[in-house]
Amino acid sequence: MSLQLERVGRTFAGKPAVQDVSFRAEPGEIIGLLGTSGCGKSTLLRAISGLDNAYDGVIEINGKKVNGIQKTTGFMFQEPRLLPWLNVLDNVTFGLEGNREEKQKKAGRYLESVGLAGNEILYPKQLSGGMAQRVAIARALATSPEILLLDEPFSALDAFTKMQLQDLLLEVWRSYRSTMVLVTHDVDEAAYLCDRIIVLRGQPGTVEREIAITESRPRERGSSELAAYKAEILASLDLTTETA
Amino acid sequence: MAKNQSEVSGIFTAGSKSKPSAAKPKNPFTHPLLLGSIFPLLLVVVWEVLSRLEVFPAYQLPAPSVILGTIAGMAEDGTLWGHVFITSYRVLMGFLLGTAAAVVLGSLVGFYKHAEALFDPLIQAFRSIPSLAWVPLFILWMGIGEPSKIAMIAVGVFFPVYLNIVSGIGGVDRKLIEVGKMYGLNMFQLVRRIILPASLPSFLVGLRSGLGLGWMFVVAAELMGASQGLGYLLVVGQNTLAPETIIASIVLFAVIGKLSDWILKKLETRTLHWQDRAAKS
Repeated sequence: MSLQLERVGRTFAGKPAVQDVSFRAEPGEIIGLLGTSGCGKSTLLRAISGLDNAYDGVIEINGKKVNGIQKTTGFMFQEPRLLPWLNVLDNVTFGLEGNREEKQKKAGRYLESVGLAGNEILYPKQLSGGMAQRVAIARALATSPEILLLDEPFSALDAFTKMQLQDLLLEVWRSYRSTMVLVTHDVDEAAYLCDRIIVLRGQPGTVEREIAITESRPRERGSSELAAYKAEILASLDLTTETA
Repeated sequence: MAKNQSEVSGIFTAGSKSKPSAAKPKNPFTHPLLLGSIFPLLLVVVWEVLSRLEVFPAYQLPAPSVILGTIAGMAEDGTLWGHVFITSYRVLMGFLLGTAAAVVLGSLVGFYKHAEALFDPLIQAFRSIPSLAWVPLFILWMGIGEPSKIAMIAVGVFFPVYLNIVSGIGGVDRKLIEVGKMYGLNMFQLVRRIILPASLPSFLVGLRSGLGLGWMFVVAAELMGASQGLGYLLVVGQNTLAPETIIASIVLFAVIGKLSDWILKKLETRTLHWQDRAAKS
């Protein structure tokens, strides 16, 4: 599904947080929203998700103007946000419809693809941070969202788990081809995962520039090509002036 | 780093992690039942010995054996069951009635801002009245029979349950509600699938303190005028100068009060096993 934003902005109590953001995501594309903290990345994502309806501008999904939560949109939060009273399997089936057996079969398949088969009966309190986030990935994917919104999904994880889960995300993306919008402040992550990176800057945040990463997948984390992209991203963020 | 380690071990030990209690060796001498009985037993023995030595005058504090004898005597002639039954019945009815009212009003106030503005000030005002002050009025309205007693107990049960429901619903994590919204749940589904389970712990706390108050109020209600019940035994004991009857009644209150709380406690551990609580060492 394609996603289009036209001059989207959001004002909190008279103070604009993000302004005039326009971009288009083609079906199956992975778009990165990158910027320093406070530039309105997550605000934009919440507007796209429909959790926040008080934005300005127009958001279109498949050419149709939307306002409110769409069943075809999935959201992965910064924290796993598992329901503590449900076990792993029931957490994954949470958003599914249909009869119990079908739901569980489907959830089981996604749990397997995030490497958690056999942990169905555990409760969230028994999971490590990485495992919980895997369950959250399985839950977000289980409804087969055509647009998947990810709000710094790996930022709370350690470096190794983060890399594992990034690869996992790409793996499931290869088989399901959801359109993804990934909010991140991690330049490495953006360069490794995204087809296109939209760099936001300032307060209120505006689009500083758009960087297309043409490097084919699988990408080499340490490759010089990615390093060049990272340098370009960092240059566009222009961090030096902010500290001066 | 530590997180990564726990992640790795988490994956490999996940199977055994699901049954954490199996591995822990049980020391028979530190069993909670045993530890918990040490002081009560010691107390009873000292009390019995001191009574036999006539340190306490028997017309004021009879020996434990005498009290047990009183209870056994009542059990034999059958009066005990009537007293225990009617008191438990009053508490149960009052508890159910008070809880039902608290669930209805508490949910309304918890969910709807307007309901809160409408009802909460009045309920808070009533709460500041010492509940026992209602006793004479209830007797006047409903007579000395069962209705006034049950209403009395219901009032006592109502407030803790109500307060805990309201705060439980108000305290549900916005982040979890957002998860539900993202999956397109409507208001009713949100309540059933997220708000109710999330506020269950608080509700159960309310139930337990409500039940405690219920036992307190049944004594007050039965002291005011009853022809049967454990509270009535207290009055009889006082009027016939029989401290063993009074203490027997107190003991019975302790036993069935504890028993009813134990049932709720069991219910709590069964329904809230998912809670991530610190284990005491």
